[in-house]
Amino acid sequence: MSRFSKAAALAGLLCLGTVAAVAAESFPGVGRPATPAEVKAWDIDVGPDFAGLPKGSGSVDRGQTVWESKCESCHGTFAESNSVFTPLVGGTTAEDMKTGHTANLRRTDFPQRTTFMKVATVSTLYDYIRRAMPWNAPKTLSDDDVYAVLAYLLNLAEIVPSDFTLSDANIAEVQAMMPNRNGMTTAHALWPGPGFGTEANKPDTGNTPCMSNCKPKAEQVSILPDYAWNAHGNLAGQNRAVGPVRGMKTGPDEAEAEAGSPALALAEKSGCLACHALNAKLVGPSYREVAARYAGKDSATALVGKLKDGSEGVWGDIPMPAQTELADGDARVLVDWILAGAPEK
Amino acid sequence: MSEGLPRPPAPAMDAGASNGRLRRAPENFLTAEQIALVGKGRRDFLRSTFLAAAAGVAGAAALGRPAAAAEGDDAILKPQPWATSLGQPVAANPYGVPSKYERALARRQSPGLTQVAAASVSFAPLQGMFGIITPSGLHFERHHQGWYDIDPAKHRFMVNGARPEFVKTPKVYTLDDIMRLPPVSRMHFIECGANTGMEWGNVAVPTVQYSHGMLSCSEFTGVPLRTLLEDCGADLKAAKYVLAEGGDGSAMTRTIPIELVLSGEVMVAYGQNGEMLRPENGYPLRLVVPGVQGVSWVKWLRRVEVGDKPYATKDEAVHYIDLMPDGQHRQYTSIQECKSVITSPSGGQMLLDKGYFNVSGLAWSGRGKISRVDVSFDGGVNWVEATLQTPILSKCLTRFNVPWNWDGRPAVLQSRAMDETGFVQPSYGQLRAVRGTRSIYHNNAIQSWKVADSGEISNVQIL
Ligand code: HEC
Ligand code: HEC
Repeated sequence: MSRFSKAAALAGLLCLGTVAAVAAESFPGVGRPATPAEVKAWDIDVGPDFAGLPKGSGSVDRGQTVWESKCESCHGTFAESNSVFTPLVGGTTAEDMKTGHTANLRRTDFPQRTTFMKVATVSTLYDYIRRAMPWNAPKTLSDDDVYAVLAYLLNLAEIVPSDFTLSDANIAEVQAMMPNRNGMTTAHALWPGPGFGTEANKPDTGNTPCMSNCKPKAEQVSILPDYAWNAHGNLAGQNRAVGPVRGMKTGPDEAEAEAGSPALALAEKSGCLACHALNAKLVGPSYREVAARYAGKDSATALVGKLKDGSEGVWGDIPMPAQTELADGDARVLVDWILAGAPEK
Repeated sequence: MSEGLPRPPAPAMDAGASNGRLRRAPENFLTAEQIALVGKGRRDFLRSTFLAAAAGVAGAAALGRPAAAAEGDDAILKPQPWATSLGQPVAANPYGVPSKYERALARRQSPGLTQVAAASVSFAPLQGMFGIITPSGLHFERHHQGWYDIDPAKHRFMVNGARPEFVKTPKVYTLDDIMRLPPVSRMHFIECGANTGMEWGNVAVPTVQYSHGMLSCSEFTGVPLRTLLEDCGADLKAAKYVLAEGGDGSAMTRTIPIELVLSGEVMVAYGQNGEMLRPENGYPLRLVVPGVQGVSWVKWLRRVEVGDKPYATKDEAVHYIDLMPDGQHRQYTSIQECKSVITSPSGGQMLLDKGYFNVSGLAWSGRGKISRVDVSFDGGVNWVEATLQTPILSKCLTRFNVPWNWDGRPAVLQSRAMDETGFVQPSYGQLRAVRGTRSIYHNNAIQSWKVADSGEISNVQIL
């Protein structure tokens, strides 16, 4: 029984009209009805049964255009890159499309788990690309371009041919070909309720509270490898300098190591480091490369302009979007720092 | 000592205790050049130097001679500036910050874990924290598409139905609306499903910050989601699931079990530890789903949809799915099962001396209250029961303590928690026998810290 009907019943019982008046609308003045346009604007989820899927279509060809201009910079030409995120495509076979199980998931020696190796539901990809990609400009693709770029990914994954057009009418047929469509199970005890009909499942692991002589000896199977000691900086600087213990000295003092340049912090804060590294090419050129190219030239003002307007064709095919959120003064600080060789301190 | 810890027998050796100082930390034994060598990655060198130094000090301490001048401790005998001059005025820090001596305790990233910092994790420094509440500035972070500091006046929360019959009146609420409603405040832990995920196959990280630091605990204040759904006339009989959605770029979405909504536990929260949520934790509105992994606690919450089917969103169909040895993924694994870890002393720390230590840690369960924690000093052969510190709350961190006299010999420290359902935290052997080593998520195995005779503590795994 809802709280309303309970309150109403109570009111009826006590014959208190005034109470009923309060209960009928329990929080007067709080919240307002959503307009249909508001619900439409935000209700963008697409379920495994394709509830919520917008009408539309997009071809592999069109998808390639979208991919090259909006996705390739981070995910690679064939969605195989792992420079920004794990690869989207790879590791599935034609045989998997028949069985609905990605066979490579059984192998312990297989290096990657790509998106297509795991995902069972094609709706997931439509829903996610529409709400969250491109990563730095989410919710900017048209519904048709989402169909198109998904068609392109399905083609890269060798699920559909290159002359395919994906649409709301045929997406269910694609679902029937997804390589890992049978790869999910809800047979576990980690869902709190009867939703999946699994409420009778007992926890699959556990222990007994034995107190003495519980086993012949403690069998040590893994220790921290030597390189990993140093990989997390100086542990002495990650522990309090008073108390019962100290951190172990595993590197130079934090003050030395971490008094990073304020410009570096600004670059991090301004999102530049999503695409640029100091020393390695990422989506854009490394800052050291930029410094080397413009060494001895008076390029600062021109580069500040590039940050405002975007840059194209200087370093390759991938353009840099205009950095519109950046304040003028900050742009200058960043450019001067880059031209000075992007020092870390 | 609210629960009356038994006083342990006197330590075998009181190293210089009379001058109020324990043995110096190892870095003080090294010259600048030696430290530079260590800085270049020569830990092997450090270890041998330290062993030599430790042996020397142990000898001196055995004589029981205080190192300070005969009359006493300079910290007492010499007037200190803070006792002999004027301090700072009120409101010098309008929003107070920790002491400058506390900078070591900070959120940190694990190098190489992710490629870009806006889709990454920072870990809470459990090794230096007390009690059960996480200071909001140290709360762990996990963002998928960066964080925003959203203007609360422009934030909206919407309730709608997957089909019209699920919600009679889809509604929109402002923060003004939600903060007018009767609030509840509750303390709960939040743990990322991938906490300890780097350690499924083998030891990978040196300290408890990186092994268990995707764990925090706060007092949250907000409105039960059930209240808001009822306010919209949701059909809570037909509803089986709700979808929660974030207002950020990732528009994070997760399927939430209706059972937890009906129980009143799931909360639309704006408060955290007496103030508003921090931006990194979802300001101005987040979902609180007690006992369930952190990804479901959708931040910057903008919408809840009532439906009757699970949604298979990206973070429940491609990630946060647990790979089993047979190649199947477990989907919709949500509950964080009973788990515990010793936070002090712990990996990457060193004991400064033999003698008395308070071994302290945290225990928690997504199924309810912690009922007991046992601690072992010999890698799980023998155990003693720890004292649980109050309060002991459902789906909340519980602090445990146990006294220990370190005799200077190698030891392996472990903790094993039990919850009110009778579930006992498994060992690595027990966990891997069922789930293999590739799951990534929901690693709740017993953690082992090995204490060497030098006092150095390292992360090891015991079956
Ligand atoms: C600026 C870099 C960037 C761009 C551009 C970009 N992505 Fe992504 N993409 C990412 C990151 C980072 C993630 C992981 C986000 C997370 O952790 O939740 C991701 C995740 C994804 C995923 C989910 C993969 C998985 O296994 O979780 C898909 C699918 C995807 N992107 C498709 C696209 C498409 C299609 C485009 C172009 C329309 C695009 N991306 C553009 C960075 C980018
Ligand atoms: C979405 C990815 C992306 C982001 C974010 C980004 N860049 Fe770039 N950047 C690029 C690419 C790609 C290029 C190469 C463009 C070209 O070839 O002209 C580039 C080029 C540059 C150049 C060299 C321009 C030239 O003409 O030689 C500078 C300087 C630069 N970026 C600085 C920045 C700074 C500072 C920021 C942060 C405010 C930033 N970038 C953010 C991708 C990015």
